[in-house]
Amino acid sequence: MKDFTTLFLALDSTTKTTAKVNALVSYFTKARESDILWTIALFSHKRPKRTVNTRLLREWAAELSGIPLWLFEETYHIAGDLAETIALIIPVNSEDSRKSLTQWIQEIKSLAKTEEEVKKDYILSAWNSLSGEGRFLFNKLITGGFRVGVSKKLMAKALAKHLGKEESEIAHRLMGDWTPDTVSFQELLLSEDFDQTLSKPYPFYLAYAIEGEVESLGDVKEWMAEYKWDGIRGQLIKRSGEVFVWSRGEELINAAFPEFQELLTWQLDGLVLDGEIVVWKEGALGSFQDLQKRLGRKKVSKKTLKELPATMIVYDILEYEGKDIRSLPQSERRQILDSIFNSGEIPSQLSLSEVLEARSWEDLKALRQGARAKDAEGLMLKHSNTPYQDGRKKGGWWKWKLDPYTIDAVMLYAQRGHGRRTNLYTDYTFAVWNAEGMLVPFAKAYSGLTDVEFKAVTKFVNANTLEKFGPVRSVKPELVFELAFEGITKSSRHKSGIALRFPRIHRWRKDKKASEANSLEDLESLL
Amino acid sequence: MAAHKDLLTFNKNGIYCSVAGVYIDPWRKVDKALITHGHSDHARSGSKSYICHKDTLPIIRHRIGKSIEARGIQYGEVFTINGVRFSFHPAGHIIGSSQIRVEYKGEVWVASGDYKIQDDGVCTPFEPIECHAFITESTFGLPIYSWKPIRETIGEMNTWWEANKSLGKPSIISAYSLGKAQNILHNIDKTIGPIYCHGAIIAMNKVLQEAGLFDCDILPVTDDVKNYGNALVLTPGSGINGPWAKRFKQASIGVASGWMNLRGARRRRGVDKGFVLSDHADWDGLNAAIKATGATKVVVTHGYQDIFTRWLCEQGYDAVSEKTLFEGEGSENAEH
Repeated sequence: MKDFTTLFLALDSTTKTTAKVNALVSYFTKARESDILWTIALFSHKRPKRTVNTRLLREWAAELSGIPLWLFEETYHIAGDLAETIALIIPVNSEDSRKSLTQWIQEIKSLAKTEEEVKKDYILSAWNSLSGEGRFLFNKLITGGFRVGVSKKLMAKALAKHLGKEESEIAHRLMGDWTPDTVSFQELLLSEDFDQTLSKPYPFYLAYAIEGEVESLGDVKEWMAEYKWDGIRGQLIKRSGEVFVWSRGEELINAAFPEFQELLTWQLDGLVLDGEIVVWKEGALGSFQDLQKRLGRKKVSKKTLKELPATMIVYDILEYEGKDIRSLPQSERRQILDSIFNSGEIPSQLSLSEVLEARSWEDLKALRQGARAKDAEGLMLKHSNTPYQDGRKKGGWWKWKLDPYTIDAVMLYAQRGHGRRTNLYTDYTFAVWNAEGMLVPFAKAYSGLTDVEFKAVTKFVNANTLEKFGPVRSVKPELVFELAFEGITKSSRHKSGIALRFPRIHRWRKDKKASEANSLEDLESLL
Repeated sequence: MAAHKDLLTFNKNGIYCSVAGVYIDPWRKVDKALITHGHSDHARSGSKSYICHKDTLPIIRHRIGKSIEARGIQYGEVFTINGVRFSFHPAGHIIGSSQIRVEYKGEVWVASGDYKIQDDGVCTPFEPIECHAFITESTFGLPIYSWKPIRETIGEMNTWWEANKSLGKPSIISAYSLGKAQNILHNIDKTIGPIYCHGAIIAMNKVLQEAGLFDCDILPVTDDVKNYGNALVLTPGSGINGPWAKRFKQASIGVASGWMNLRGARRRRGVDKGFVLSDHADWDGLNAAIKATGATKVVVTHGYQDIFTRWLCEQGYDAVSEKTLFEGEGSENAEH
């Protein structure tokens, strides 16, 4: 694990992309193929299944350090990272095991169905055979979350450099739900026929939000506009009589969306579609909450399928007649898509994203303003010449979302952040006034303030704490914040009776007193 | 000790000895202030008269004012105010830093100010003083804080400096101008290259040098210097992000602080390298120091005082937590 530790330290000690790429390349040159494969997997959040729960880890660490569990827990709240807390709290030793990354992972995996005592013996002896960073990384292999600023793109860049291949090819190869257990280094990165893997998705093209005035994009005639729907991004593959549906998070979601298997009987084959999966019920778009009821399911009941059927609003085609057509300009890909939808029978699980007619930016601005009435989040703008690129790239696609809803709310609870922000209270619960003059909590938000503002709020929290519940504190209801959110729906699961979509802090209303915050009635009027 | 009043108490002005009518490290203006050491959260301006260790005297004259009424005394020298016997003893924190021993009618209290157990080779090392009640800091009062020997951390600095030098990159270390700066300057390998310092450190070194307390050849950062590629540059934290630091092109930036023990703190600071170097006691150091005093009563001040107090109570001490005015809970700026 030495090489991996060195790599981790190098990645962790810089924020510069070139330095990170160099660190990865130098690791790839030295490390064994199986270790490289696991490294790629770990940094792409393909962690092996957790075989020891963290409660046990905490108890054993406290026991080994000779401290009471409460002291361990308090320390963990402050350090903000379990793997690190354990690594630092148990006594220092000078041992340093020579086991490889792969061996550690295999051993941890083999604990899966063992008795607690076996796990304990293994973990304690592992802790005693590692020191410092090695111990920290061993813990991370169990608890997960390697946040070292290695994006997929950066990983692809480094691998491309190491293997002398195109970055886009590597990005494509890394797609899908492979794990080091199901694929070898050779198969994943070097095989000639990787694109023959039936289920292999393409990297998603991700849009940036538009900055500044839309007119700066030039001639409106060069742009294609569509509504931006609030569903989940999906890639639908039909090859050799099989259908695969992928989420943007590269999860195969066939089981959660069995209706797409009906495309098996569709005459077309050898095609890959990109679009938004939404719930479509009684001729109208379902809410995001409806969609959430469909997500993460291994099995969907007949009732749910009937009540909340899913549809893909298709807006792009990446493969046609078995050929990768991503390099064709947007307009040509769209023509192919149109021709498919205009000829023959289209399965009811697919619908075509409408291209919005506009002669001027003014027309588009008006359409954007009307988007909310259509239950859309805003518009997408796509340049007619752009190829389908991989990853987040500027220029070809832009999202042009509506301004969010806003509401002024009072902070009731604050919780410490994690990682970089563990010294600050960054996660807040907000409330609005109900008709009886009580504050009703309705949303949590943990982003939108600057570090300086978080520091000031933290100072307030420290001085105005009413009660402590572990890492959470209730505070005097004095601070008012403007929250922004994308949507609002009724919810029986929340005390307030409403649920917000993507709430975040817009700004700190230092000019307002708690009594001037909005009411639940104000919120309900947005429903 | 039922009806007995504590020899030292905490009030709005600071740590108070009512029998003698004096304060230790007062944070407000008082008549008579006993000062443990020269850091600005302990030695504050405005009091009518000051008593401190003789090595602290030039520091507070420099920081608070030349004309203050102040008296410096030796370690171990006893003076009596209204029947209360006071003496100063080494705390090992920075030059001149002292624990203040207070004795009245056979009862002994020690206010330790800030302290560290490791010998940094610059200031007089910490000495445990037997007492009935001990006032301790708890800046690093959590079991995740454990320091390596100073020479090991300095060794890491030497290696890092050498590596930067071979790439022609300046090495900048952020460290407090009083304490950490001298600790590094004394211990680092001065044969690697020239050492430059920020004006604040130059000024502090000059004060110490004139008093015969510290000597080290360092150079001021000026516009005349064209190339810092082989140099080590020391600056207080304020220098790192300002325009002053712009001149050090391609520099690698390190921070020397006990907080660097945590990855989150390193990432927050956004620096290239964190060196775990502190002038405070770590967890084991705090526990060992308290034990060595033989005290049964412990008053815990700035740092993680609530957690550390609970821990000490479970260890059988009569421990209480007292908040000082200028320290928040675990503030990273509080490590002086």
